[in-house]
Order: sequence, then C-alpha cells, then structure tokens
Amino acid sequence: MMFPACRYVCKAHRCIRALTTLRTDSAAPQLYTSIHRRTCSSVSTPRITTHHTIHPRDNDPRWEGIEMERFADEADVVIVGGGPAGLSAAIRLKQLANEQEKELRVCLVEKAPQIGAHTLSGACLEPSTLIELFPDWKERGAPLNTPVTEDVFSIFTEKHRIPVPILPGLPMQNHGNYIVRLGNLVRWLGEQAEELGVEIYPGYAAAEVLFHEDGSVKGIATNDVGIAKDGSPKDVFERGMELHAKVTLFGEGCHGHLAKQLYKQFNLRENCEPQTYAIGLKELWMIDEKKWRPGRTEHSVGWPLDRHTYGGSFLYHLNEGEPLVALGFVVGLDYSNPYLSPFREFQRWKHHPFVASTLEGGQRIAYGARALNEGGFQCIPKLTFPGGLLIGCSPGFMNVPKIKGTHTAMKSGMLAAEAIFPKVTAENLDSETAGIHVPEYSESLKNSSVWKELHAVRNIRPSFHNYFGLYGGMVYTGIFYWMLRGKEPWTLKHRGMDANQLKPAKDCKPIEYPKPDGKISFDLLSSVALSGTNHEGDQPPHLTLKDDSIPVARNLAIYDGPEQRFCPAGVYEYVPVETGDGMRLQINAQNCVHCKTCDIKDPSQNINWVVPEGGGGPAYNGM
Amino acid sequence: MSGRVLVGVKRVIDYAVKIRVKPDNSAVVTDGVKHSMNPFCEIAVEEAVKLKEKKLVKEVVAVSCGPQQSQETIRTALAMGADRGIHVEVSGKDYESLGPLQVSKIMAALAKKEEAQFIILGKQAIDDDCNQTGQMTAALLDWPQGTFASEVSLEGDKVMVVREIDGGLETIRINTPAVLTADLRLNTPRYATLPNIMKAKKKKIANVKPADLGVDLTSRLEVLRVEEPPQRQAGMKVETVEDLVAKLRDAGKV
Repeated sequence: MMFPACRYVCKAHRCIRALTTLRTDSAAPQLYTSIHRRTCSSVSTPRITTHHTIHPRDNDPRWEGIEMERFADEADVVIVGGGPAGLSAAIRLKQLANEQEKELRVCLVEKAPQIGAHTLSGACLEPSTLIELFPDWKERGAPLNTPVTEDVFSIFTEKHRIPVPILPGLPMQNHGNYIVRLGNLVRWLGEQAEELGVEIYPGYAAAEVLFHEDGSVKGIATNDVGIAKDGSPKDVFERGMELHAKVTLFGEGCHGHLAKQLYKQFNLRENCEPQTYAIGLKELWMIDEKKWRPGRTEHSVGWPLDRHTYGGSFLYHLNEGEPLVALGFVVGLDYSNPYLSPFREFQRWKHHPFVASTLEGGQRIAYGARALNEGGFQCIPKLTFPGGLLIGCSPGFMNVPKIKGTHTAMKSGMLAAEAIFPKVTAENLDSETAGIHVPEYSESLKNSSVWKELHAVRNIRPSFHNYFGLYGGMVYTGIFYWMLRGKEPWTLKHRGMDANQLKPAKDCKPIEYPKPDGKISFDLLSSVALSGTNHEGDQPPHLTLKDDSIPVARNLAIYDGPEQRFCPAGVYEYVPVETGDGMRLQINAQNCVHCKTCDIKDPSQNINWVVPEGGGGPAYNGM
Repeated sequence: MSGRVLVGVKRVIDYAVKIRVKPDNSAVVTDGVKHSMNPFCEIAVEEAVKLKEKKLVKEVVAVSCGPQQSQETIRTALAMGADRGIHVEVSGKDYESLGPLQVSKIMAALAKKEEAQFIILGKQAIDDDCNQTGQMTAALLDWPQGTFASEVSLEGDKVMVVREIDGGLETIRINTPAVLTADLRLNTPRYATLPNIMKAKKKKIANVKPADLGVDLTSRLEVLRVEEPPQRQAGMKVETVEDLVAKLRDAGKV
C-alpha cells in the first residue's frame, strides 16, 4: 500500500532516521519508540498523546491504588449540550411536564463555563421555531432586536463586485428573519430553561457514554479532573460523575465527539452518506457610525476563493444600540489544496473594497471559529438508538443554501421532547431495553417542516461538484430550486469524506497570502487571544492522536502539514526537533477553540478530538 | 473560640478574557463577559476548607459582595467545602464604586456579627489589583494580620504565618482572632466537582444588605477615566553600536 508521493515518503524517512535521541522536556518525560506500519528503522517520535482514551489507565502503574469509583445520580432525561437544540428540548420537556402536572427531572450538562460561551453563528434566525416554543417571546425579552431590512448578494472579483438579485423564493432571501447574536439568544434560552426548572450545569463536559448490560445507553459521565499533562494523577484528581437517565439526548453541535462514538457503536451511518462540513470564522467589529446600516445583510461568493472551492462570506449590521457588525467567512472543508488556510482567506477577503469600506476606522472586538454541517438531507444518520437520540447540528439539519440551522436544530429538540415525554412519564412502560428507545422521534421529524425543507434543498450543495464549480451550482439552484422547488426526482451525491479530498502537496501550488496590516486584517495569535480561549495547562492534550508518528510521517510528508493551516487557533505547529534534523508536531492544546475542524479534515483521520476539562475553551460573548 | 472562618470571595472577569474599555471610557465592559472566582480567593477558600478538614476550625462561611450573579461565586465556594454563604447585596452604581474600603467595613461588621475567629481573603483581586481589603479589615477590627501567606499553621491560640516578601520569606507568629490573606503558593485549590455543586444547592446562602450591617457605601474615590494601555510600538533593528547610539540621541534618550 504505497502512497502516491513516494519521493516525499523517502524524504520523511531520511529525516526520521536522522533523528537522534531527543532532549526530553519537563512536560513529556517519556520517549516512545513507535512501530512503523511501513518499513524502516526504529524511530524515536516524542510522545505527544497522553490522554487516557489512547493510553488506558488500567495497566498504568501511576494509577495503581487510585480510587476510580464514580458518584452516580439519576434523572429522567439527561441532555448533553446547552445549545439551541438541547435547550429547546429541555424547555419543551418542562413545558409539557408543567402542563400535565407531572414530575420530571431534566439535567443538562454543557462544557462551556457559562451557557452561550461556546456558541458561534452568523446569525440570521428564522423565528418560526422560536415562536412555536415561546409565542410570547417578545414579552419575555428574547434578544431578537434586528429585523432584516436589506438583503445584498454579490459575486466578488478581486477588485469589483457583481450584484446578484435575490428574487423572492430563493433560499437566501431573508425577509421576516432577524439578525441575532446567537450566544445571547442561547443565554436567554438558558435563563428560560432554569426558570422552568431544568437543572443546568455549565462547566461540566460529558466525556463518556455509559451503557447498560443490554447495550442500551444508560447516561453519561462527566470528565475527570486533576490529571497532569503526562497522564498521571495530581493531588487534586477527582473522578467525573455519572448521570443516569431513561433517555439521553445528544446535542453536541456539529461533529460531536460522543456522537462520533455512537455512530460506530450503533451503526447509525450505514444508510446515509458521510457528513460533509465547512469551517466558519467570525469576527465582531465596532464600526464607524456613518457606515452603520442596521438590518442590512450582505453575502458574497467568489473572490478570494476559486470556483472549485465552496465558500462565501456574510456581513450583518446589528441593531442593538451600537454600531456593531458581525462578519465572517465560510470555507467548505472538501477543498483540495493543502496550502489553503481558511483563516488567511478570511483575513484577505476583508480587504475587498466593498468590505474594507465598511470596516475602515472600526475596531475588531471578537473572533471565533466553528465547523458547520454542509451535508444536509443525504447525510442525516439514523437518529435513535436504545436509550438515546441525536438532536440539532450533531446529526445535522442545517439548510445550507439558506445558511440557517438554528431553527431546524430547535425544532428537532422540540420534536425529541414531544416524542420522549409520554415514554419517560409513563407509569408502567414496557421497554425491551433498560434505556428507552424512542423511534417516534425519527417519525415525527420525517413528517415535519424540517424534513420538507431539507429535502427541497438537497441537491444545491452537491450541484457545485461540476466543471463550472460555483457557477454551475448557481445555475442549478436557479433552475431546479427556484423554479421547481427541489421536486426533481433525483438526489445528487456528495464527494465523500472531506478528509479524503486533499491532493498531495506536490500536486498543488502554495498560496501567496498577503501579510496582515493590523488594521483590517490580523495575525492568527492576536485573533486567538480575542476569543478568550484558555484551558488548564497541566492536563493531557485533548487533541489526541491515535498514532503519534503519523503527523510527521504522513501529514507533513505528503500534505505539508495541512493542520497548521486549517486550524483557526494555531493549535498545530510543525517545529524543528531540538537536536538533530527533522520536524515534530507540537500541539498547543490551550489555544483550542473547540471548532472540530481538525477531527474532520485530518487526511489521516488520526486526530480524535475529545473533551478537555469542563469550563475550558473559548469565552465567546454574544457570538 | 467560635472556630468560625469567614472567607471573602470576589467575582471578577476571568483572567483569560481580553478586556475591552467602554466607548465612553468610564469603565470596562462586563456585560455577558465570562466571570469566575478571583484565583486568590480560590486559594483562600481551599485553605479554610483544609483547616476544617484538619478539625482546627468548625465552620467555613463564604462571603461575597455584589449583584445577583455573586451567588454563583458563593456556590462554587460551597461546592469546594464551605458550609454556608452570605451574599451582601450591592448592585448598580453602588457596585460600580465598590472598593476595598467599603468591603473591609462589611467584612469587619460581619466578623463581629458572626463572632469569627479568622478572616481569610485573597491577597488581591485580579481586576483592580488593590491588595488593600485584608489590611484595612484588620485595622478596622484591630486584629493582627498575616498577609501574603504561603504557609499557615495553627499553634494553640496563635497562628504561625510564613509571608512572601520581596527579600524572601518572613515567618511571624500572631494572636487570634486574625486576618490572613492568601498568596499564590499557599495551596492548590481543589476542583468544584459536579456532585459537590449539586450538594451545594442545598446549602444556605443568606441575603444581607450593607445598610443592615450599618455600613455606608459612599466611595471616597471617583474614577475619572479608564483607558487601554498604549499600543506597543514596533521595535527597530540596528546593525552597529554607532547606529544604536545615534538613534538613542535622536529620540532624546541620551
């Protein structure tokens, strides 16, 4: 099984052979000799991964005699993830419980230190679902303050723009929608949920799925705390806690790490296509008042991306009493050039005359990034399994051409609540498994507006995979969606996993990105600082590698280390080894903004993102 | 001796968050920003809980002065092992101008009311870096103080405190009741784990108003202006020493 880039493989081997004993640093005192799958010599790769999911603690002498029993508690329903889907489900459950005067214990765990701190989205919200959940949302003070007043769509060239009319009926038409700061809406949903009696625990990450003996889901366990960077227990080590439930809802957002396990465990993806994704980077800017047009939404496609790289931008003028704009850039993760850096595309896009004119004289006040789903209808997995179900962007209900997923995520949460409520409050439920199976949720979703919506737009994203790329896709959308509303009898396929789309570096041209000017465009590290991200330094890196030697041997050798370019937080760096030649991968886990792009795009699928100690990660405020 | 310890905990903007000054330069933006317990207060709570675990004190009471959200900070202290909490309600303009003088008056009043044996505070808060509350509280109560403590041990009715000072370490022995302020190396705070957070919901937090304690909140300080530090100017590389001297002369530094 030879790699196509034999030349690069040999180069890597020469580097690796030249590696002499590495000077150990205090953080990673153990050297590891990893066994190469291919040929060659014994190689000393410095140990990078120390997490117990890769190196189990059962036979680790440092863990002998440590108390590993966990405190356990019972709830009726446990929800993983305090985003729009999880909170809507929690709220709906409690609304039903209060209506029918039934007792129901609903516990929600969220890895962010406060609800909303890990939420990032454009966002242009379709209020339909919120109105269903809270018909009196206005009186309750939901932060929907900016109705959309203008909708502008452009195709950018390097210096100019071609305006595209947004005819009514096209998916990107925003009449009736609101520009929101989703983090603030999520925080508000959290407050409503607490008032209704939901137990919300921010700062506690669900790290493990628990199973009954019959294989059904029993609940989750939160992360252990107090493990040192080298994987050994510290004095303050404490086990996580187990939360058992009749049904567990998994609403981890795009590419959840527990969902990844559940797909394998219950074979949930056997009848759907692999999910495809994009990365979205976003900034908040305080601009010059004279340039502020509250309610205006701007979208663009084209420059700086070529017609074969899916992506585009958004710029929304908020109306919350100050001249604030939310802007960002989305790049499909099925791009093929390993030299592409989504972050640097975003930074250089801002220099387009149409955008720079808005930002000149302004000040950037926030930055963040998150992966989002692009697969749509073709990629929806089986949603239910004994003891649990998947809601929100985790299975993925985003309407890609509309670039809206919040309303469908909330709807899926509500439908989940309505489906499980009768079962968890039933006096004598006859269940085959200890964890209750609720296939009614899938059924009600299939009969809902969410399904119709996603079905209608299912062919738009895959239609970009043609010779004309972006323009072919737009023509397809114009004909089949605008005129026929997605009623064409065929369903186009996506190209397969995003991780498999990269071409070897030798077949691609490096991209010359301009240097950031410090006024409109910025460097990566100052951007990461603005996200407020931080983690306890002395813990095992949560970006775990199944095989520590693969980054240098494969990712660097064949693809020139694409992770150093696609990570929006500078977590991955290839640095020269301290003694001898060659490079090693350095993982700056503290910078991570929990976007999940690395887990998605790693061409070797060697990176497994697991949850760090709860409370760590970005500190977004109204993103 | 009552064996009761009062621990002050302050809710501050999390240390990793990038601070932003309000456009009117009146204050720092706090709305929706991530807050957490002042790191030195965490150390103070840990020390108090350790004393209780060694059975040297009987009860740990966590106190915080601030708006509604300060209750979350008290809950964290309760989850770390404090027995009960006291939330001194201060909000709005009073909270914006709340400083060490008022807080120490509140702590002194509470210490008398609760018949406390010790007051343990963090040495300073990371938002204002005042390093004054502990010292002022001791003065108001006329109690001895062991500040910048990196080691505390009880010896009968006296306390031995190892203090971190500029020149090294100073060891003092003081009488009780006393005020102690925690420095970085005093201990490593334990995590507030989820089972403890759940248990903490059952512990009591009493609500008190400063007026009930007879404390006047008027500030003697008026904040005129808050500004960001000046932007770092780019440095310049020079080739020779002569160049360097010439540039320093030009800039008027030599």
